[in-house]
Amino acid sequence: MKQLSFLLEKEFRQVFRNPAILRSVLIMPIIQLLIFPFAANYEVKNVLLSIVDHDHSSYSQKFISKITASGYFILTDYSPSYNKAMESIESDKSDLVIEIPKNFEKDLVKENKSSMLLAVNAVNGAKANLGGAYAANIIRDFNQEIRLDWMTFPAFNAIPTIEITSSNWYNPTMNYKDFMVPGILVTLLTMIGTFLTSLNIVQEKESGTIEQVNVSPISKTTFILGKLIPFWIMGLITLTIGLLIARLFYQIVPVGNISLIYLFAMVFLLALLGIGLLISTYAETQTQATFVGFFVMMVFMLLGGLYTSIDSMPEWAKWITKVNPVAYFIEVMRMIVLKGSGFADIKYHLLSVLGLAVVFNTWAILNYHKRS
Amino acid sequence: MKQFLIFVQKEFYHIFRDRKSLLIIILMPIVQIILFGFALTNEIKDSDIAILDESKDVATVEIIHRLDASRYFNVARYLHSQADIEAAFKTGKIRLVVVFQNKFRENLLHANHAQVQLLADATDPNTATTVTNYATSIIRDYQNDLTANAPLPYQIEPQVRMLYNPQLKGAYTFVPGVMAMILIIISAMMTSVSIVREKEINTMEVLLVSPLKPLLFILSKAIPYMFLSLVNVSTILVVSVTLLEVPINGSLLLLMGEALLFITTAVSLGLMISNVTNSQQTAQMISLLGLMLPTLLLGGFMFPIESMPKPLQFMSNIVPSKWFFIIVKDVMIKGLGFKMIWKETLILFGMTLFFLTISFSKFKIRLA
Amino acid sequence: MKEAVITVNKLTKKFGDFIATNEVTFEVDKGEIFGFLGANGAGKTTAMRMLCGLSMPSSGSATVAGFDVYKQTEKIKQNIGYMSQKFSLYEDLTVTENIRFYAGIYGMARPAIKEKTAQLLNQLNLTPEANTLVKALPLGWKQKLAFSVAIFHEPKIVFLDEPTGGVDPITRREFWNLIYQAAERGITIFVTTHYMDEAEYCNRVSIMVDGKIEALDTPRNLKKTYNAKSMDEVFLQLARGAKRSDD
Repeated sequence: MKQLSFLLEKEFRQVFRNPAILRSVLIMPIIQLLIFPFAANYEVKNVLLSIVDHDHSSYSQKFISKITASGYFILTDYSPSYNKAMESIESDKSDLVIEIPKNFEKDLVKENKSSMLLAVNAVNGAKANLGGAYAANIIRDFNQEIRLDWMTFPAFNAIPTIEITSSNWYNPTMNYKDFMVPGILVTLLTMIGTFLTSLNIVQEKESGTIEQVNVSPISKTTFILGKLIPFWIMGLITLTIGLLIARLFYQIVPVGNISLIYLFAMVFLLALLGIGLLISTYAETQTQATFVGFFVMMVFMLLGGLYTSIDSMPEWAKWITKVNPVAYFIEVMRMIVLKGSGFADIKYHLLSVLGLAVVFNTWAILNYHKRS
Repeated sequence: MKQFLIFVQKEFYHIFRDRKSLLIIILMPIVQIILFGFALTNEIKDSDIAILDESKDVATVEIIHRLDASRYFNVARYLHSQADIEAAFKTGKIRLVVVFQNKFRENLLHANHAQVQLLADATDPNTATTVTNYATSIIRDYQNDLTANAPLPYQIEPQVRMLYNPQLKGAYTFVPGVMAMILIIISAMMTSVSIVREKEINTMEVLLVSPLKPLLFILSKAIPYMFLSLVNVSTILVVSVTLLEVPINGSLLLLMGEALLFITTAVSLGLMISNVTNSQQTAQMISLLGLMLPTLLLGGFMFPIESMPKPLQFMSNIVPSKWFFIIVKDVMIKGLGFKMIWKETLILFGMTLFFLTISFSKFKIRLA
Repeated sequence: MKEAVITVNKLTKKFGDFIATNEVTFEVDKGEIFGFLGANGAGKTTAMRMLCGLSMPSSGSATVAGFDVYKQTEKIKQNIGYMSQKFSLYEDLTVTENIRFYAGIYGMARPAIKEKTAQLLNQLNLTPEANTLVKALPLGWKQKLAFSVAIFHEPKIVFLDEPTGGVDPITRREFWNLIYQAAERGITIFVTTHYMDEAEYCNRVSIMVDGKIEALDTPRNLKKTYNAKSMDEVFLQLARGAKRSDD
């Protein structure tokens, strides 16, 4: 164990001499955290709308002004025909076509019934879903207003109505940044943890210095600890920088206990470094390490619950998220930062990640051979 | 020309010797497209919800049953008091709490007015909005069914038509998106690393003193990787069509042509990266860390670009994947022809020229 | 009194069908400079890597410093130094930092390291370069430094794998002076090389051809046996029949 201090000294010196590492640990996270949260916004607004109005009645006019006043839609054009409107959809000039049939008003008044066609560009499922839902709500409201116009008051009141009130907890202003900043921070930590470790060791393999270490009496646990500790500390530094940016720039102050974030991050980083280590024991060249690292990282990130909800994944994909430390950390970040969850709430997550850390590191140590 | 072919051959040797890397490059895109094509969706389904039912009557039981039976929700917990709500949210999994007020059915039938509260966990605003919307419409349906015997007068029936993607499959967006992302990262990384490696092991000098012209030298580096990337495109398309059932509605030839253009863009980007770096590690850092997040976030397939602040919308224009994503969507899903995508094609072409010009001017400086 | 520090008996290493080292048998005595010769690909490096505990033998037996190469590699490692043809100092560390690192992982204490470092730098005339990054040093200096680092912790045996590749004859001469000094202090030297003039500096030489040891004796006796003027001729006679050449 005395040898460990020499290993650590060496690693730190190398890190401080390597501007690329410093850049990726310090500068890159700052820049990415300052820019990307602004991009990561699922909010669907500005749905581009084409209207085909065959009726030109006062009701159709009323409806059009209601939907354009709602704030969700931008009316891009009035098309004379459905086919013309389809051209707008094809060229991405519009996302949604509403066709009001001829005799819309007349049918409504005389036949008690009328229809309206909503054609949604569903290539982007999310936008289609929400855009369609917004439009349907507006139509329903519009319908209600007409009913109020035509019906006598008591008759209308006889219909049972359920009043639905909704409220958004923890993030009443529906601010996406509160949600994305902690998530992106986790993503950055993941990249740093996995890549730097695996590349570092593979580089020693490629340059041959690892052999020189392997003929020394140093134990493999000591060697691996010497590799893990520096990157572990760097990860925590990145986390600190990230939390500072969240606080100063985005005014995100964790509701929960900040030391709990650090506690979790410490275990989380251990798991990540274990993965990086594992990759390096299998890879012979830096190229291989990067490709595998890229693959693992993409899976971890995209199946991490930050970009799409884990709830809606198929069962087998949910199982993958169970061995994905990133998924746990993103959830825990949200719980601590936004909801103020305490230790009792996250202990299951913590234990799971701890388990993963043990598995990955043990696997890596077993697979690291001092001799071939 | 003969020398050129020898150089190309040498690059292929490098690639085929390193079996592990080759295997990764060929298999990785397939696994990724399957994984993400199935797993990524912006739809919400099976979200865990909790119920606080102070009424426990026929009406609330029916509504709860309908919520649970829908594909969007899974009633995971019944709460007993307002105080439980906070705890349910804090342990993480509950996305929505539905609160029925006391004497729900009585109020509904006699006073014609009853109240439901929907409390969403808005730490994820997107999910919160969507689950609230779904729950609202399920409850509205229940209300409408109550009055089904006496149909409402003056009814406007919206007919909704989902164009191109009637089942609202996530794969329709994510296949083109993931394809753009995989292609640009792999192509740019492979190219830059392979050139920088020659610099690191000093074989670059040997190559530079050989009579091969710089243009041909660069081409000989690029061709094998373009070939590999085309293999990737083909496997991705085969997997998408057969397993994910994403159709190719437009011309396959056009699609492959555009893919080739995009690969060229990516490879030129790799060339440019290799010209500004000297170590493999830096080349990898730049091509991976520098491309991954921008592609993911500004490429248009994750987040709607039009919701971003203006400077970022502007920035997204310099992300090549954004344009390729539009092209693939248009050709593959919408089945449009070249007429509709010539602008995007031109932009990619311009980018390629730009990267190549920079690479060549830098390259000559080093030769001098 | 001769005392064997390395004993090797029918040591073999196979990679699949390929037999890199085929039943080699020899002994190396304490304080000896033992030359291990052979063309590229003859199996020298593989044999050496087995003795250092970097490679697991396929069959046969061997002991290094009295320890078994199968089971006691960690004990062996405490008693040996190693310098490989792949250059093994950290390029992005300074001269002093490299020395401190390697001495440290062999378990030397900091004050001892400090004292000995000053001594060594002085001896190598590297004191002005103490804080220079290794990548800025000329190759010959790097090699002398790498050797000194390999014996810094006073091992019983030092293994040198083609230590003098790519340097000029004068630097090689200086390098061999360092080797002699080490041998005088009682360190056993096990060195692979394909420079035949270097073979002349060894006490005893073994010549490997296609994974087997074809000859083993003092340079003088070898020249007599093969009726040759130089080691070069001895080697050419033996290697002529080789089937394996470069890698």
